[in-house]
Amino acid sequence: MLSHDILIVGGGLAGLSAALSSDPALSVAVISKVHPLRSHSVAAQGGINAALGNNPDGKDDSWERHAFDTIKGSDYLADQDSVELMCREAIPTIYELEHMGVPFSRFPGGVIAQRPFGGAGFPRTCYAADRTGLVILHTLYEQSIRQNIHYYNEWLVTRLVVKDGRCLGVVVYNLENAEFIPVRAKAVVFATGGYGRVYMKTTNGFINHGSGIGVAYRAGVPLKDLEFVQFHPTSLYRKNILITEGARGEGGYLVNNKGRRFMEDYAPNSMELSPRDIVARSIQMEIDKGYGFDNQYVHLDLRHLGAAKIKKRLPGIREICINFAGLDPIDTPIPIQPAQHYSMGGIDVEKDCASPVEGFYAAGECACVSVHGANRLGGNSLLETVVFGKIAGKSASEYVKGASSAEGAEKELLDVALNFKKRVETWRKRETGEKFYILMNRLKILMNEKVGLFRNKDELTQCLETIQELREGYDHVYISGPCLRFSQELVNIIEYESMLDLAEVITLGALNREETRGSHYRLDFEKRNDVEWLKHTLITWKEKKPEISYKDVNISKYEPVERKY
Amino acid sequence: MNVLFKIFRFDPRQDEHPYFQEYSYETEDSKSVLEALMEIRNVQDCSLSFRYSCREAICGSCAMVINGNFDLACRMELESLDSSLIVIEPLPNLEIQKDLVVDMDPFWEALSKIEPYLHSEGDVPDKGHRIDDKDIDKIFQYVNCILCGCCFSACPVVSRRESYLGPAALAKLYRFVKDPRDKRPFRNWSRVNTEGGAWGCHTIFKCNEVCPKDVRPADGIEALRRKLVAGKIKGLFKFKR
Repeated sequence: MLSHDILIVGGGLAGLSAALSSDPALSVAVISKVHPLRSHSVAAQGGINAALGNNPDGKDDSWERHAFDTIKGSDYLADQDSVELMCREAIPTIYELEHMGVPFSRFPGGVIAQRPFGGAGFPRTCYAADRTGLVILHTLYEQSIRQNIHYYNEWLVTRLVVKDGRCLGVVVYNLENAEFIPVRAKAVVFATGGYGRVYMKTTNGFINHGSGIGVAYRAGVPLKDLEFVQFHPTSLYRKNILITEGARGEGGYLVNNKGRRFMEDYAPNSMELSPRDIVARSIQMEIDKGYGFDNQYVHLDLRHLGAAKIKKRLPGIREICINFAGLDPIDTPIPIQPAQHYSMGGIDVEKDCASPVEGFYAAGECACVSVHGANRLGGNSLLETVVFGKIAGKSASEYVKGASSAEGAEKELLDVALNFKKRVETWRKRETGEKFYILMNRLKILMNEKVGLFRNKDELTQCLETIQELREGYDHVYISGPCLRFSQELVNIIEYESMLDLAEVITLGALNREETRGSHYRLDFEKRNDVEWLKHTLITWKEKKPEISYKDVNISKYEPVERKY
Repeated sequence: MNVLFKIFRFDPRQDEHPYFQEYSYETEDSKSVLEALMEIRNVQDCSLSFRYSCREAICGSCAMVINGNFDLACRMELESLDSSLIVIEPLPNLEIQKDLVVDMDPFWEALSKIEPYLHSEGDVPDKGHRIDDKDIDKIFQYVNCILCGCCFSACPVVSRRESYLGPAALAKLYRFVKDPRDKRPFRNWSRVNTEGGAWGCHTIFKCNEVCPKDVRPADGIEALRRKLVAGKIKGLFKFKR
């Protein structure tokens, strides 16, 4: 049986950081459902936060201030010790990335340039024009070539195998050979990214189904705070491609159909550079009040920045607008609307990235440490991936060195692989039934309509009922294509089950949380309620259904106060 | 809008020969070629295989040949093709794994030959490196490369000479050689001073033409040549002294 000391699942920023920081003396491999460079990390645009103090307006910045902004941005749900760890590590991490080859943009004097981002007291977002994710992922991939990291590309992990609270390995679908095989590992690190495509309107790529989170959930690993879903304020109207917060960081305006910068009605001090939850809700409220265009979008106006600045600092945004909307932001405002963007919640891990399951770790968007709490600040997700990816690789290495080999692991892995294969056969034997894409589209529309920016009890309850109906549909799903090699139909059928699970966990968490906090806005409970709800939601798959519990938030320094911008 | 898609099909493990399959496709909205392919797969034929990921022209998965032109399927709108017939073929010069999915290994292997990572020296400097923004600008053209493989696949030299590294790898090498942080010695990277390396390019500029990100790899190859010649002259001079 194929076997490694450490298996890292996911080839994005968190996965590659974990691979590069794993002990090179151990046998380490990365499994990814796409080539690593096709991971969604490449689409990150605006930048990565670290209190370097390079911006003339940011001389007094410090990692403590970065931590405070992050905690305040999280609406006090983030674990403060974890946030402090991330923000302190941010500074050496940026210099390390630079030394590996990341071509950050520069200020006069040659230091790394930093731009303002939402919810930050100082301009502390380091960037490479508006292609920051691309350059960091390529750099880490380049370093992985140097370190001879072993990759299994186009392998989809379908099962995490856990026995008696201990992780034994995974089962994969190898797309090229249409095989379903077990891979044994002493430690497994999930770095599988987010679930954006559970929503119809999302900035995420087509592959972001979130199946990694779902696979961990089905193996009994608790999911934390999944009801906190970030909607990015500015996605390109129609295609919902991300238009970076950096566009506002560079000075872009949000304008309604009256030509007004409407943010002055919602957050007069920080205006367009308020945190994302606030800006996204403000945009939606403008549209709902009839101040949008076609009742669908508002304008992001960059024209006053001038051609030179747009070409230099936002070339990728310009390219996206030209390619995907047929307009040039130098001459025309960009039509934008909020869209699902990021998951604050995820696999429940501690600040060493360890989950409650022995030998199982998670990092990046699929994980919830938690450093983002109820709302993530722009520029903190790239930071989280590299800081905690690195920690996960180190933690897993430490664990493996002390771990004894698990009894009966191979038999268990083979059994799970065989059962999975039987499942695929059931889908294949059916000659008619439900087609995945019809079910999947229903789920996406449902989530967009019922568990969006504004939530209430009735809609969340209805949503849970409809998810049950969709589950019944899933019992009749079938494979219509004759061949299982490179079958995206099969990938989608497998991942759809996770999408249903995640939709249920998001909705259930949202229904139970009777307060408004960060991205979670309840129209029937419009205030934050620290007495009852300053706690993390944990949802665990037990006896074939979700079970809810709660966990305290680490409040080490900053007592929760009202959040104003 | 009604279009006829003619799509290249081939499963080397089952089919004796490749063939084209026709699909009639109708849409009211504006759709990209990738979105149309996904809809055809979902509704008409789930056996159709192709790669995709980000749908915003940044991940490089969906490079293919669309009505004779190399491009990313996600950024090509059906309307912009202005044709009621759309012929889709996989990237040429790479082995077909299934339908539009090709084996990219030769491309990745060529890339790994140039040691595609920064050869920085010493420990991480305190407070980072000092680099002029102009120097970053000089390499940014090449940093924009998403490694989609269009240039490699379209290059007439790659198709004829197996040893040729191809445009993307050579442009990437130039990106590193030009980076002030990169300390790789001349004797190391000047291994591309061959017909399999920088001199293999026949300056047909197909790479510049097909690149969806305007990287212009041939610019990098030309610049590499100049640096090679300059380096050799400098070396000779040193030797004579």
